[in-house]
Amino acid sequence: MPRPDSAATGGTDSDPSAAVRQPLPGQPLDPTGRDVLSTSDVARVLRRIAHEIVEHNKGADDLVVLGIPSRGVELAHRLVDLIAEVEGTTVPVGALDITLFRDDLRSQPTRAPLPTSIPAGGIDGKVVVLVDDVLYSGRTIRAALDALADLGRPRAVRLAVLVDRGHRELPIRADHVGKNLPTSHAEKVQVRLAEHDGIPDVVRIAGGGR
Amino acid sequence: MTRHLLSSADLDREQTEAILDTAASMHDVQRREVKKLPTLRGRTIINFFFEDSTRTRSSFEIAGKWMSADTINLSAKGSSTSKGESLRDTVMTVNAMAVDALVIRHSASGACQQVAGWVDASVINAGDGTHEHPTQALLDAYTLRSRLGPLDGRHVVIVGDLTHSRVFRSNVITLRTLGARVTVVAPPTLMPSGVAAWSASDGFATSWDLDDTLYAGDPPDAVMMLRVQRERMSGGFFPTAREYTVGYGMTRSRLERLLAANPDAAILHPGPMNRGLEISADAADSANSLVLDQVSAGLAVRMSVLYHLLASDGSQAAA
Repeated sequence: MPRPDSAATGGTDSDPSAAVRQPLPGQPLDPTGRDVLSTSDVARVLRRIAHEIVEHNKGADDLVVLGIPSRGVELAHRLVDLIAEVEGTTVPVGALDITLFRDDLRSQPTRAPLPTSIPAGGIDGKVVVLVDDVLYSGRTIRAALDALADLGRPRAVRLAVLVDRGHRELPIRADHVGKNLPTSHAEKVQVRLAEHDGIPDVVRIAGGGR
Repeated sequence: MTRHLLSSADLDREQTEAILDTAASMHDVQRREVKKLPTLRGRTIINFFFEDSTRTRSSFEIAGKWMSADTINLSAKGSSTSKGESLRDTVMTVNAMAVDALVIRHSASGACQQVAGWVDASVINAGDGTHEHPTQALLDAYTLRSRLGPLDGRHVVIVGDLTHSRVFRSNVITLRTLGARVTVVAPPTLMPSGVAAWSASDGFATSWDLDDTLYAGDPPDAVMMLRVQRERMSGGFFPTAREYTVGYGMTRSRLERLLAANPDAAILHPGPMNRGLEISADAADSANSLVLDQVSAGLAVRMSVLYHLLASDGSQAAA
């Protein structure tokens, strides 16, 4: 179905990426933790995912990359930059906030929704690549799929994550995984990205009595 | 976040800003083709309007529906209130149906506070007598913030019937919470007693002279015209409507002088407007008028308020 106003869908009038890419630092890194991805590992892994996305899609046509706030947005921008290096075309990039679609709103303290920005071309008929930092229960992705359905009808939806730590609670899998990381529930996976957290990229695993 | 929203003073600066920030996200939803969020699925909201309303009631109803809550409207005329049932009995009947929120407008100041003590549901004040109207103040602040940016140090002038205005009371609280300076202007007969005592705080002033306030020294960033409430005007507060307009209306000549001093000055009016009385058509329809932005913001702000009050049930398992 045509969506003439899809440019305005969920968009903001100002530069959306500026609003989305504000640093929002997380908790301090656990000093007793163990680094599983170093800065250079993260760079290497993202480069591979960028190649995989393009290879799988047979080019960069019709791709739309949407990051899930907050660190997914940063990863989405990096992937788009890397795809531009490979293919020479800049793929539309945006952010998809899922706060209002979560299934645990009732049992959690109220969270402030973060901005959603959909590229001007919309997502109808496009191949949407969702990007998040850590894939865990799969519930975030479930919410993201619901949020996408309200914005349009992509031709396909793919999922790229930096880390897959297992423990899925829903039948959801990632198409592109930076690193499979077997973890226990007691452990925490901490992802830090330079633009977002103001410290060098790192993925650290902490807690769980290791 | 608080469980009830009875007064603008229930919200500190952080909470007020959280509601306004979320309202910006909600505003985006209004531009979508599918205006529906699953956020409040399974919640029941009753809009209980003992007084007439167009925009507040419809925006609360639409806000609830867009967030997938079940919203039901009750008014005094169509309910058992018209058969003589007391407020308490009516409200307790509704409460027995296990609703999640009651949005109440009532002609008695303090009615919402009273109800909040009786029921299990969240109570949202949609205007109680001449006391407060917190969601109106939030939407005014949202509208102003969208136009002016942060309100710290901004000068807002509120003009009109202050004695009978709940909008003014909530607005002063919210604007001061956000750091704006407020000057309120009214004829002596419509200046409530005790307001002078508020002036003790920095950045709050009262005046009987509109021209003096608008043009002397401190040009306002925004002027909010309040409605002359004809239904409450039986007390001989001013000789004629004409005289009120001359002294306190946003006439064409006042508008021109205001814009000469500050071309970006914003004009607000909570509606419904008495064109030609407190606001001229020139002012209401000028590019500086934010009246329709206020209506549009009302929906987003009320969605945000419902979200912050209702989304979490307060059990708050450790994240």
